[in-house]
Order: sequence, then C-alpha cells, then structure tokens
Amino acid sequence: MAIGWYLVVSALIFAIGAAGVIVRRSPLVILLCLELMLNAANLALVAFSRMWGGEDGQVFALIVMVVAACEVTVGLGLIVAMYRRGLPIDVDDLRELQG
Amino acid sequence: MAATTFGWLVLLCPVVGTAVIGFGYSRLPGRSPGWIATAAIGLSFAFAIAMLVALLDRSPAHRQLTSSLWDYANSVGVDARLQILVDPLSVFMVLVVSGVSTLIHLYSISYMTADRGYSRYFAYLNYFVFSMLLLVLAGNFLLLIVGWAFVGAASYLLISFWYRRNTATKAGIKAFVINVIGDVGLVLGTFFIFTHTGTLGFLQTFAAAPHVFHHDSTDLVVGCLLLLVGAFAKSAQIPLHTWLPDAMEGPTPVSALIHAATMVTAGVYLIARMHPLFELAPTAADVGAVGGCLTLLIAGTIGLAVTDIKRVIAYSTMSQIGYMIMGVSAGAYSGALFLLMAHAFFKALLFMGAGSLIGAMAGNQSLDRMSGFRRAMPFTFGCFVIGGMALAGLPPFSGWFSKDDILAYLLHRGGGFEVMGIAGYVGAILTAIYTFRMIFRAFLGDPCPEAKELEEGHIAHVEVPTNPQTGEAEDTDVGFPGPEHHIAEREWPMKIAMGTLAVLAMVGGLAQIPGVDDTIRNFLAPSFAGSPLAAAQPSTGSDWIGLVIGAAIAITGIAVAYRVWVLMPGTSTRIRERMSPLYQLFVNKWYFDELIEFAIVRPVASFGQIANTVLDPGLVTTIVTDGTVGLVRAGSAAVRRAQTGFLRYYAALMLVGITGVVIYFLISS
Repeated sequence: MAIGWYLVVSALIFAIGAAGVIVRRSPLVILLCLELMLNAANLALVAFSRMWGGEDGQVFALIVMVVAACEVTVGLGLIVAMYRRGLPIDVDDLRELQG
Repeated sequence: MAATTFGWLVLLCPVVGTAVIGFGYSRLPGRSPGWIATAAIGLSFAFAIAMLVALLDRSPAHRQLTSSLWDYANSVGVDARLQILVDPLSVFMVLVVSGVSTLIHLYSISYMTADRGYSRYFAYLNYFVFSMLLLVLAGNFLLLIVGWAFVGAASYLLISFWYRRNTATKAGIKAFVINVIGDVGLVLGTFFIFTHTGTLGFLQTFAAAPHVFHHDSTDLVVGCLLLLVGAFAKSAQIPLHTWLPDAMEGPTPVSALIHAATMVTAGVYLIARMHPLFELAPTAADVGAVGGCLTLLIAGTIGLAVTDIKRVIAYSTMSQIGYMIMGVSAGAYSGALFLLMAHAFFKALLFMGAGSLIGAMAGNQSLDRMSGFRRAMPFTFGCFVIGGMALAGLPPFSGWFSKDDILAYLLHRGGGFEVMGIAGYVGAILTAIYTFRMIFRAFLGDPCPEAKELEEGHIAHVEVPTNPQTGEAEDTDVGFPGPEHHIAEREWPMKIAMGTLAVLAMVGGLAQIPGVDDTIRNFLAPSFAGSPLAAAQPSTGSDWIGLVIGAAIAITGIAVAYRVWVLMPGTSTRIRERMSPLYQLFVNKWYFDELIEFAIVRPVASFGQIANTVLDPGLVTTIVTDGTVGLVRAGSAAVRRAQTGFLRYYAALMLVGITGVVIYFLISS
C-alpha cells in the first residue's frame, strides 16, 4: 500500500489542528488541537518507519507521545490555575505581554 | 636537596609569615607578630645559606640552575612559567636581602612596639621581603615583572603606613605613580626583546640575543632603554628620583629596609642580570652610566643642604645607588654588587641610628634641633660613626673597598668613563662632607634639651604629637607613630641589630681586597661568564692607587666637615650667605619637583580640565551616550508594534514562518 494516503491523512489532521489553534479562543480546545498536530506528526513518523522498515521512527513517535503528555499536564495545570483565580478562560483576553 | 628546592623554600617562608600575621592579627598577643615575622625571614636566610652551600657543591660551570613549578602558558611561542633561576648573582642578592631584612625585622620589634598597627606593619614587611625575593629569584621576565610590581605595592603600603598623615599618603601615591612608570618601562622593554627572541626565560634570552640582534641594533637599544626606565624609577635615579626623599614619611625601619638596603637596589640588580643585553647595546649602557653619574653628583649636593636627618640619608642613598648604576652600566659588575652589599649594611645601620635619634627627639627629625647626643647615646653614636665612616669610604671600612673598586674600573676602562671616574671622586668628597656634617651636628656640640634629659635618664615626650613635615597636630587615634619612643640604648633587639650591622660594615670590605682575595668576584664569575667587560679588570697596582686616592679624599672631606661644623661653627652660615644662589638651588633639590610639576603634571591636569569641561559634555554626552540611547529607543519602538500579545496571532505567524522556511528548502534542494 502506497505511503501517500497515510501522508495525506497526516497532513489533513495537522491542518485541522493548526486551524484549530489559530481560530479557537478557548485554551482547552487549543490544547486539544495541539494534540491533533502532534499525533499527525506521529502518524507520518510511523508511516515513514514502515516504509523504510526500521524502528527509528517508532521510537521517535513514542518520545513525541511522552512530550505530548508532559505538555498536556502543564497546559491543563495552567488552565485549572486560571480558573481558580477567576481569570477569563479566553486567550484573547490574556495579552498582558504585549509590547 | 637541590639548590632550587631551597630557593622555593626561601620564597615560601615570608609568604607563610604574611598569611599567619595578616589573618591572625586579632589573636596574636603583644609582640608575637614581630617575632613571627622575624622568625620567618630568619628561616628564609637560613635556607638561603643552604642554597649557597648546595650551589657551591657544584662545579663553577654548572652553577646556573632553573626550576619551574608550573606552566602558565606553554604554547604558540610563549613560555610563561612559574620559574626561578638560582645562580651566583641571585643567591648573592637573596643572601643580602634576607640577611639585612632579618636584622631590620628584629630592630622593628622594638621600634614599632607602641604603634597600634603592629601586626599590619609586620604583615606588610614580610610581604615586601617575599616580593623582593621573588624579584631576585625570578627565572624569566614574567616573574620578574610580577616581583617588580609587588615591591612597588609593598613600598606604597609601607610609605603610607601612618595613613592619617596627609604627607604620608601623598608620598605613598607619588612613589607608586613613579614606580608604575617604571613598571610600564619594564613591560614594554620586555616586549621589545621578547618579539625578537621569542622566549621569556632569562638564560634562553641571553643565549638567543647575539643571534637575533646586531651589535647596537635599534630595537635592542630601545628595549634596553625601556628597561633602564624601570631601573631608574625603582632605584630613584634622575629624573625619576623625586619619590625617594618623600618616601621617608614611612617608619624609619621601612626606610632602612626598602628605601636604602633592598628595594632601591633592584635597578642595579636588573642591569646586572641583563648584562648580556646591555653589552650588546652599548648606547643604552652609556645612558645608564651617565644617568648614574649625574645622580650621584646632584644627590650629593642636595645632601649638603637639607636638614631633615632622614632626607640627608635618603639623598645619600640616591648618590650611592648612582655609583652602583654607573658601575653596572659600565661593566664593573662585581664592584657594583660589592658596593650594593656594603651599602645595605652601612645604610641600614645609619637609618637605624637615625631612628634611635628620632626616638630620643620625640619624633623630631630636624638636624637644626639635634646636637650633643654623644654622651646621651654612646651606643648609637658609635654605630652611627662606624656607618658614617663606611659611607664616606674611610679605610678599612666596607665602603672604601667597594666604592673604589668601581672607580678604579672606570678609570681603567678609559674614554668617557675616566670623566665619570673623576666625577665619582668628586661625589666621594661630597659624601664625606655631608655624612660628617650629619654626625657632627647631631652628636657633637652642646647637648640640646632632649639630649640633656636623656643623660638624666628620661626620654623626651611631646605634649601634642605633630607631623615633623608640616607641624600640624596628629590624629592620635590610629595611624600615627605612637606615644612611646624607643631608642637603641634601652632595647636589646635594636642593639643586636645595630651591633651586627656595625660589625658587618666594618669587616664587610674584607671580602674583596685587591691582590689579597677576590671572594665576591670569583663567586659571581659564573653569572658573568662570557662577558668581555667583566673580564677586563684593572691591575692590582692601579686598584691600590685608586684606594689610596679614595682614602685621601675621604679624609679631606671629613677634615672639611670638621673645620666647617666643629672648629668654626659659624662657617656654614657664612658660606650659605656668600653662595646664596647655589644654596637655594641645593636646598630646593635642584627644582626637580617644580620642573616635573611644570612640565608634566600641569599640562596633564589642564588637559584633564579641558576634557572635563569641553570634551565630556560636548562629545561624550551628546554623541556617545545620548546617541546610543536614541538609537536603541527608535529601534525598539519600530519592533514593538509586532508584539501584540495575541497568542493566536503568534501561532499563526509561527506557522507561516516555518512553512515558508520549509518550502524554501524544498524548492532550493
């Protein structure tokens, strides 16, 4: 089976994720979309790994999953902290770091 | 153990002494810092003797040893090592420095007792001895420069020791500034030589020099002249001499140790150490000889006129070092080093005697106030006369043999050096006159009130301590000589130190008698092997003719002094009135301070004024500082608009950017 289809799916998922990050304003959804992008990359890695017959890509995919888990932990922690302090759960309102 | 091991131990003792006294000052009771310091230097002296014995075990051709503990950098053409050179010259210097230092430390134990900075004093003094030993043991230019700068710093610390005295701090700064000029000269001179020889080690430099330099080549002459700047600044030779008389603001033992016996002879050592270079660059050597000759005459005339007893001895030191510089520059190496040793003995002795006198005078240093101390202080009187006779060059004292060794060599070498030799004899008569002027005025005549009081057993005390230079009342809290005075008559450590030096000043000359023994020349010979100038010694007969002339001149000088100051006491006033312009010139020290003030200090100060009023607000503030600030502000204002704070906007930009980069590489590959 040609690798093309896998890559097409991967690209689609990545594009959906990226669009979500840019368009949506809720931090929770942005985190979800980030996960989509990471998993799209994982799909591509595994597909390439199958194609070459090696294990490197799969190892990379595992590492990406670990990173993703860490990132979700931190991100969700931030969201909980924001909620507890009564801050708006909206990334457009959180712009204190403007120049 | 090898001689070099002892060399390292010689250096270690004073360092340990400094550290123990410096860190433990609050826990050391009473006089113990003084004893620790003296023991450290005494141990150093013992190791120096061991080093001498170990060196003498070797055959004369193998008496130049180097030892290196550590490589700072040893690549790309630089060989910077922590390296010492043990050869007869350095061993000779180490023996003189550590030996005289031990005695002066011993003297200080009593002399400084009443001072509140007792521990600080001994920590500084040990640090000075370490620096000086490092200077003379250094095996390469790098360590020489380190030692050179260290002794300058130690000298500054000790001159300004009584830091509540304005005059003392000013004198310290003056000495430091002039010494730094010398340091710069030494560093630049080293650079000139290093660029050609490519090595910092002394022995390698001397081996390479004849191959890379032509005879009298410009670069070598410039390098040697710069080394001479260093030597002249450290040895207080004209025109870099004005700091030495002011350095007498320090405690008297400091004047004895640093500004008479050891540090100021570093210039002589430098020229002797660099003799292969100076012999390749005779122009520079001639400049050195002329400078020394001028100094010995000018300092001698000033010594006739000043009345501060310590300053008289200071000018005498300058004059004697003038002899040494003239000698080493002309090639009379063993003679100059012999005088260096003899001078260390008798000049330290004279300073100690002066310290005792100043103690008896309750801090007053003026010869105008002193008189008739002969009966009140017989021991000091005896030592002072011995020191004075050695300084004046009376037979058979050490000064007679050593000074005339140099002068006989100069007359033997001929040419312009004969003139210098005759100038040296003129200087000798001046030396005899000012030395005995000092002795006659301080010890003979009717006793002054302080001397009378001392004869009855009381030491004079002043109600309010005053600065001997300015007369203003002193801060008695800290940093002043202390209320109690100590004189050699009553303190055995001072007595032992002075007695030992008096014996050495008497018999030191016997180390080298023409035709009888040549101990010093033979010992130093391996260091000056291969030097044609060192080999060209005058015959024993002409040596003795020189000695007889020298003795006659010394006796004449003493007779003149006796006639002027003892037989007919009014004569000096009459001479002063008749030759008023000359007296004014001498008493104002040939106006060197004023000349330097006018030619260097004023122009630099006015340039500083201009820089402060015109350049700084006009150029630096408007263009450099304000311009930079404006540039950064405008630049950041332009970039600031991109930082909106919208997270999604950043994410979109990042996506576009990374996509752009990826596409670029995809297309370009």
